[in-house]
Amino acid sequence: MSKITTPAMVKLNKKTKGRHKETGNTPMQEGLKRLRKNKTAMAGMIIILFLIIIAIFAPLIAPYGYQEQSYTEVRLGPSLQHLFGTDHLGRDIFSRCVYGTRYSLPIGLICTLLGLVIGGGLGLVAAYFGGRTDNIIMRIIDIIQAIPSILLCIALVAILGNGMWQLVVAITAGTIQGMTKNVRAAVFMVRNNEYVNSSKSIGVSDFQIMIRHLVPNAVGIIVINAVGVVATSILTISSLSYLGVGLVAPTPEWGAILAEGKQYMAVAPHMVYFPGLMIAITVVAFYLFGNGLRDALDPRLK
Amino acid sequence: MVKYIIKRILYIIPVMFGIIVMVFIMKAVTPGDPVLELLPLTATEESKENLREELGLNDPIIVQFGKYVVGVLHGDLGTSYKTKQPVLSEVAERLPNTIILAVWALFIAQIIATPLGIWAAVKQNSAVDNIIVVFTMFGASVPNFWLALMLIQWFAINLGWLPSMYNGSLISWILPISAILVGSIAHTARAARTNMLEVIRQDYIMTARAKGQKEGTVIFKHAFRNTLIPVIASIGSALGSLLGGSLIVEQIFAVPGVGKYISDAVSARNYPALQGGIIVIALLCCIINIIVDVLYTVVDPRLKTTFMKSSKKRVKEAV
Repeated sequence: MSKITTPAMVKLNKKTKGRHKETGNTPMQEGLKRLRKNKTAMAGMIIILFLIIIAIFAPLIAPYGYQEQSYTEVRLGPSLQHLFGTDHLGRDIFSRCVYGTRYSLPIGLICTLLGLVIGGGLGLVAAYFGGRTDNIIMRIIDIIQAIPSILLCIALVAILGNGMWQLVVAITAGTIQGMTKNVRAAVFMVRNNEYVNSSKSIGVSDFQIMIRHLVPNAVGIIVINAVGVVATSILTISSLSYLGVGLVAPTPEWGAILAEGKQYMAVAPHMVYFPGLMIAITVVAFYLFGNGLRDALDPRLK
Repeated sequence: MVKYIIKRILYIIPVMFGIIVMVFIMKAVTPGDPVLELLPLTATEESKENLREELGLNDPIIVQFGKYVVGVLHGDLGTSYKTKQPVLSEVAERLPNTIILAVWALFIAQIIATPLGIWAAVKQNSAVDNIIVVFTMFGASVPNFWLALMLIQWFAINLGWLPSMYNGSLISWILPISAILVGSIAHTARAARTNMLEVIRQDYIMTARAKGQKEGTVIFKHAFRNTLIPVIASIGSALGSLLGGSLIVEQIFAVPGVGKYISDAVSARNYPALQGGIIVIALLCCIINIIVDVLYTVVDPRLKTTFMKSSKKRVKEAV
């Protein structure tokens, strides 16, 4: 029996299914194309890449060590030798800000990733199983949600003590409730689709359905959200260091540099200007990127 | 309606119980001996042992937990290590300042941000829209402690117009409120813009335009009202983040509020004060959320029937 291919079958052929009518691209490629055209998203991405490069090559970029003190050059304003000026111990603020990228960026990214795994996992399980499982998970989330997230982070760091891993635990805990709620909402939208029911009927395991079918279909919203979480995490990290918990001076974390500078603000405002600007630029970059990503990937806003 | 409100109020009980459990665990794992903190350094071994007995520190952990819950229910949040005063009265003294700060910031933010967001959405992709979007982006990104310091630098030190510290006068509220206001305006305007963009894509807006309504009427009568619903829904989380933001801003401007109380407690390792502060703030957030939820049903009559019929779960899905 010879194979008969009708145009309708060609349309349903796996290779062309879901592709763009004219360009033949997959939805993902279409999304990336729109993302590349989106100037704000690209601007955000370029700044983020730039900051990552700075973080990697910090020792090469920074003209001085972050702890290098010079008692003859105390609280100097910005100049060619010291781009951002020097602080009360004669340390070069530009170098300290450069090294600062090694704290906020990786911690923000790691915490978001951990939050995504833990909170996202909880949200996925809650949305997929529904009923009692959903109820139990969401009631726990309700309890965490009753405490403003920055207060939760501060309380956790206060108990655990200062330091890197303590900070990671605290910030991650602060991201979990938002992640759970968002992933749950995203999965809710796709969990009753036919392909999920079909998979169930042919006996695919729950875990397989969640990982193979639900996650990929909800991934757009989840990623967009995660980018925003990176931004708020970076803000929280610096707020904590500013308050003197988490990463404290002499660590060259931006919030900590700022906290050290604030008592000299009246005479040497540059000690406060630059670290604050670094935080703002980093956070803006993530917001720009997240916004562009949403415009490019969210089919509702096309 | 009354049934729904009662249900929501009763729902505080398990949430607050969860918070108390969390805070108790905090208390149990925090380093340091409260007896050493509360007594002077010269205290004798006997008086330490007496106080330990009095505070019930020799009891098994489950008895301690029971006593703690009973204590909290009676308004006993512990004794501050620093002042040796009951935490509850200290927090109660400071609470009005924090509420003034948060509520004013929220109120002004709503008045400024909602029209801005709607304006941006109506003129999507125009110059106005771009400016507002860029502003909201930066407003949301600037750390509030940095903004607070900048405001002090400009308006208090350089220009000398406003006091740099809170001193009880009305004028000294301006800087603290502005410092947390900017972030709030940014978030609210962004939310209002997104909501409006969604609303003006709805069929009923097209219908209104098709029947020849003036654009102004379409926006204000048909679209604006529907935008208000998600805006009100976001007030709860906005107040939550304002309360969180007040933590740092109160510290910077020396506003005697709960936020400053908590951040002082953190740096002084004054755990009972920290725990008491958390319980009070959490309770406050729960109450605010109930008010918002009830308002929400009043504003959106569509939800009323859904709310009535079933429990929380339905509500969550509808939202």
